[in-house]
Amino acid sequence: MKSAVVVFPGSNRERDMIAALATITGQPPAVVWHTETDLPPADLIVLPGGFSYGDYLRSGAIAARSPVIRAVKERADAGVPVLGICNGFQILCEAGLLPGALMRNASLRFVCREVHLRVETVRSVFTRNYAAGQTIRCPVAHGDGNYRCDEATLATLRGDDRIAFRYVDAEGAATDAANPNGSVDSIAGILNPKRNVLGMMPHPENLIEAIQGGIDGRGLFESVMGETAAA
Amino acid sequence: MKARVTVTLKSGVLDPQGKAIEGALGSLGFAGVSGVRQGKVFDFDIAETDPATAANLLQDMCEKLLANTVIEDYRIEMV
Repeated sequence: MKSAVVVFPGSNRERDMIAALATITGQPPAVVWHTETDLPPADLIVLPGGFSYGDYLRSGAIAARSPVIRAVKERADAGVPVLGICNGFQILCEAGLLPGALMRNASLRFVCREVHLRVETVRSVFTRNYAAGQTIRCPVAHGDGNYRCDEATLATLRGDDRIAFRYVDAEGAATDAANPNGSVDSIAGILNPKRNVLGMMPHPENLIEAIQGGIDGRGLFESVMGETAAA
Repeated sequence: MKARVTVTLKSGVLDPQGKAIEGALGSLGFAGVSGVRQGKVFDFDIAETDPATAANLLQDMCEKLLANTVIEDYRIEMV
């Protein structure tokens, strides 16, 4: 499977993502600088974590207006899976590829720890290898992960089965204590209407080898590969 | 001409930073302060000399970049 990782000034988790993709797909991803106006052929496009443009204006706001984003939008419209992790999620929201916005954590603190996620839908190219309702472990590391949207958008996300992951405790319950950033409805990740764009704050790319303490994140990348192999 | 754009969080959107500032004001002994909201101010020099055209230009800038209209409102002033 061919993949591409888009890098912005201030991205800092792209190396984790490149290593994860190389390990799982068996070939290193293309690395694309934000000034590019075209993307190489890819079965998966990833916007990695970090602090693009130092979070100036709003997290992801400047990166979302960079030249490469037009190409990302075109690929997304064409059905190519696009994954935004952490700052990548913020960029996808700012670019209008996903609804809502990510605000400062309710605690006002940067949160860097492992959380549990519940896989809320397996109806996507990113989650099909998980079991519905499965609880997985995943690290988070962010200051602006507090997902917000209006009531109508939230109703649409729920009704259309577009909430991919919720923050839960180890037993799979979505409690306030298990929500690391105050996100509405404990939302950790959402899908676009076509279900080929996923944005999520947690970092599945950091839990793909036993040496990292677990492989719960592998399923996401293997899901994408399965779809590609079948196509 | 000079212009100023003020971006604030929509009413109803929680503002954790405003809350923290409110708490700090309370700690300093400023009593009776509530509803603190943090916003942003942008000042511009605009080459356009027609105020209406300049206002339209600024509105376009707000919609496309300066404000995230999911969570923020904006106000344009010619100064």
